[in-house]
Amino acid sequence: MHRIGVFVCWCGSNIAATVDVKAVAETLGKEPGVVFSMDYQYMCSEGGQSAIRSAIKEHELTGIVVASCSPRMHENTFRKAAAGAGLNPFMVEIANIREQCSWIHRDKTDATEKALILGRAAIAKLMLNTPLQAGESKVVKRALVIGGGIAGLQTALDIADAGFKVDVVERKPTIGGKMAQLDKTFPTLDCAACILTPKMVEAAQHENITLHTYSQVEAVSGFVGNFTATIRKKARYVDEKACTGCGDCMAKCPSKKAKSEFDQGLKNRPAIYIPFAQAIPNVPVIDTTECIKFKTGKCGICQKICQAKAVDYEQQDTVFEESYGAIIVATGFDTMSPDKYGEYHYEEYPDVITSLEFERLCNAAGPTGGHLVRPSDHKEPKKVVFVQCVGSRNGGDCDGKTYCSKICCMYTAKHAMLTREKYPDSEVYVFYIDVRTPGKNFDEFQRRAIEQYDVHYIKGMVGQVEQNGDTLSVQASDLLNDKQIMLDADLVVLAMAVQPEEGARAIGTMLTASMDTNDFFTEAHPKLRPVESPTAGIFLSGLCQGPKDIPETVAQAGAAASKAIGLLAKDHLVTNPCVAGSANSLCNGCSMCENVCPYGAIGYEDQQVVRDGKRVMARQAVVNEAVCQGCGACTVTCPSGAMDLKGFSTRQILAEVDAICR
Amino acid sequence: MSIQDKILARAKELMADGTVTSVLGWKKGETYTDPSPAFFNSVEELERDFTFNHFCGQNLSRLLNGRKAEDGKVLMLCKPCDAFSLNQMLGQHRVERDAVYVLGIPSPTILDVDKLRAAGVKGIRGSRFARGGEVVLDTIYGERRLAGKDAVLEKCLACKTHQFPIYDEVLVKPKGEEHAEPENPYRFAGVEELESMTPDERFAFWQSQLKRCIRCNACRNACPVCSCVKCVFDNPGSEVAGKSNIDAFDDKLFHIIRAFHVAGRCTDCGECSRACPEGIPLHLLNRKFIKDINRIYGPFQAGASDDGVSPLTEYNTEDMEPGEAILKGSGS
Amino acid sequence: MSIANEDVKTKPLIVAFCCNWCSYAGADLAGTSRLSYPADVKIIRVPCSCRVNPMFILRAFQRGADGVIIAGCHPGDCHYTSGNYFARRRMSLLFSMLDYLGIERQRTRVEWISAAEGSKFAKTMSEFAEQVAALGKPNHLGELR
Repeated sequence: MHRIGVFVCWCGSNIAATVDVKAVAETLGKEPGVVFSMDYQYMCSEGGQSAIRSAIKEHELTGIVVASCSPRMHENTFRKAAAGAGLNPFMVEIANIREQCSWIHRDKTDATEKALILGRAAIAKLMLNTPLQAGESKVVKRALVIGGGIAGLQTALDIADAGFKVDVVERKPTIGGKMAQLDKTFPTLDCAACILTPKMVEAAQHENITLHTYSQVEAVSGFVGNFTATIRKKARYVDEKACTGCGDCMAKCPSKKAKSEFDQGLKNRPAIYIPFAQAIPNVPVIDTTECIKFKTGKCGICQKICQAKAVDYEQQDTVFEESYGAIIVATGFDTMSPDKYGEYHYEEYPDVITSLEFERLCNAAGPTGGHLVRPSDHKEPKKVVFVQCVGSRNGGDCDGKTYCSKICCMYTAKHAMLTREKYPDSEVYVFYIDVRTPGKNFDEFQRRAIEQYDVHYIKGMVGQVEQNGDTLSVQASDLLNDKQIMLDADLVVLAMAVQPEEGARAIGTMLTASMDTNDFFTEAHPKLRPVESPTAGIFLSGLCQGPKDIPETVAQAGAAASKAIGLLAKDHLVTNPCVAGSANSLCNGCSMCENVCPYGAIGYEDQQVVRDGKRVMARQAVVNEAVCQGCGACTVTCPSGAMDLKGFSTRQILAEVDAICR
Repeated sequence: MSIQDKILARAKELMADGTVTSVLGWKKGETYTDPSPAFFNSVEELERDFTFNHFCGQNLSRLLNGRKAEDGKVLMLCKPCDAFSLNQMLGQHRVERDAVYVLGIPSPTILDVDKLRAAGVKGIRGSRFARGGEVVLDTIYGERRLAGKDAVLEKCLACKTHQFPIYDEVLVKPKGEEHAEPENPYRFAGVEELESMTPDERFAFWQSQLKRCIRCNACRNACPVCSCVKCVFDNPGSEVAGKSNIDAFDDKLFHIIRAFHVAGRCTDCGECSRACPEGIPLHLLNRKFIKDINRIYGPFQAGASDDGVSPLTEYNTEDMEPGEAILKGSGS
Repeated sequence: MSIANEDVKTKPLIVAFCCNWCSYAGADLAGTSRLSYPADVKIIRVPCSCRVNPMFILRAFQRGADGVIIAGCHPGDCHYTSGNYFARRRMSLLFSMLDYLGIERQRTRVEWISAAEGSKFAKTMSEFAEQVAALGKPNHLGELR
């Protein structure tokens, strides 16, 4: 039996001036199921709340309707008041008769009539309310960071410093990521390695951080606070513990024709190699596609000369599982391949290079020892053409990216300046669509390239690059002067669009973390929750979420860490009780709900159900209440009506419709 | 060898060699025009009862609803349109793939007994198509010839393809490239005609049609997609199930909700209209959704794939706004 | 008698389903800003526009509503990231179907109204109420059969 109490608030004159509150209280008091009604000047005041509490006790109310201001204002206040009197807080409904009635209507008859209808709708809904209990789930105090670049390392360090264990899983043989490949960083021109390598060392030495390099996350299950990840540590064929990193094996390896990934293929490396001098761990890995021992069974030199007896051709991948409370995605980026842009002939002409190759050519540890020469004949380039926005802001026909890669304007200005600094007699041209340099000291930096370094900025794109003897003929448009120009260049540098790391999509799928059409991870809210994925417990660090430079990456990495710390600091999570649930035995097992769930909260299990009086096993939807956020998308997609949402059930909303349309 | 004999021969082989334990096909009825779907459990049963003619219209896929591999593998004699339905059911986990061996058979083009009756054709004992699409009926009163449109079932007039989106084996390879058949202009003509009316005319049309509904659920029972283990309209807890109240929600709105529930999943097999004893053109509801989906979100054929993806469980951030979409859907 | 009839004509019943995070908050802001719109509009709060089941809309029309409007977060701003995208597809198809059945498309509407758009909320509701009133009484879904 329902014993409902109705409490009509005057809100001083805010409601009472336009709504006849006494009439509303009196009329609603006669509704079926209602056993008590009253009006009061300020329901939210201590006096009002205490009136609610005593009425609940005195009249043994099973639920209450408060006709007052918006539930967004005081729903919680009244739920607490109800709980204070021993009533389940979810047996409270609010009729919004202030914002949606008294404040917008002038005519007292109309407003009073509407207040009555809103009150009846709230009563109708309340009749179908059920007491709800917020659940609890345990939090595993360990974080997983996927990706060991600057973003992942910063996040890991911040979490580790807060006292939580962190595992960093990096696909490559070393941590460091793209930043390790860079020469100087804008706008201060300090060396990338000088600021990155101390962070790498710090991460390696941190007691709370475990690095898993040359490893991949293979599967993730579970939910916020309690994920389980399966991690594959690929065989390096070198025992990490035994190896001293002396480098003898690399020196003696007879196979030296592999292209160094770290040097963008501008230099060769042995089959057994450490990517770069400051790599962590400082342990080589054998590239089995290049190793003579693996290809032919002969050789084995590295094993013979290794004094630490660390080389082990029989080593196998190891797979392990670990539990985590939070997962931070820091999978980073790659640059697009210029192949699609035939006008530059990148594949054919050695002196058409990408900006990342240019970084390596400038770097003291790079293939030329920092001597900027062109790849074809090792001559110093005196006329250099930089092309911005190759692949960026270029959707549609060329399979390019619709977005702006954000960092190219700044690093191209940097490259232009570095060229002019190295060769004061050089001529440098930059072709651009727009120059976009917002950021602290960024615009000043780019202006310096023009004003102090005499770099020629030309608005327009390059149409064609042709090899002409030992120079490159560059045909381009100068939009501001409305003319075509031809230049003979020694070197052409393409600022390729950035794009998410190749494996990002697979990680997104594994985590049920949503991604946009460009494969960047989507944030839970573009403005207010920029470092969280919509999937609870998954956080986003760095370029995996969208193009950004190093300072922004580090800032976001720290923000993601602080969000993860906020989660890990809790022992238990209180779950939202207004979640979806599938009525066992009504479920068809069709997967429609799973397809629309933005959180991956729905899974399927074979369960015993009763069908036609018989017990049978059937595929049934199961909602993980710790993950469900209560949007209700599943409830509408479910044709059988098995899926429903607590607090906003189909019957409740239909009852409201009926009450309004009565 | 007639197509019926070919099917029978292959079915017997597959049964004999243990590939399948039963066959889902059609068995002879009392007359030539009323074969009915049946499971055959032995070669003998097949030899005795199996038939295949222009009246084997029922979509057999629905009969596999809930079928599991452990129930034994069944040979489904599968017309192209039935294959789309089966695929859709597979995508929604209503049938286990390992429970079925799909033998693709050419559609015989189904004849409409109601149309034939209206044309005064009686005592049919044989049927064939003459060149040019004319239907030739052998009756006990002699031969009768009818134009195709006057004899062929609606769902076959609206045929979308002769290709099989799924099969283990195809008896006769269909002509033409896969799914590249030209759009059948007949398919959406009925929908377009309604769209050209005024809202009041449309309402009057639907009122005249739907008022004949006797809620026998034949449309629901024939549908391979509308196959919930328990229909919301049968569930007293759903708040929409029929009650004795004259204003009962379900009675009035069953067909609209039903059409919406299968929107994006309906393969347009036409079974709802074929099964309706009152001759209500229910396909005009489903086809409106199909036409809208095609126009607004791009061509989509439910059952072309078994991934279970529907335009209603997907979205594009650039989707049209509803106001614009409705106009685009109706072609205005 | 004639007065009563006119009264009926100019007083349509409109059911507005508003998502909790944007449009319901937008309605609150309209209230806080004292922006008036017809009392004929009755709001039902739902967590997200994707919670609106076609059954709710059909039921409203069947029980005498003259117009139904769904209001949600702007595309891209959904609190649940994608709910309004699903709602957009569902409602496009459902409202098109209703039009096809004789419930004019002018009686249904989907509008994206943020928590900051109190004035848009009031304006939308006023316009919609006026549009629906101009159509007179709808074909009654309950009489379809």
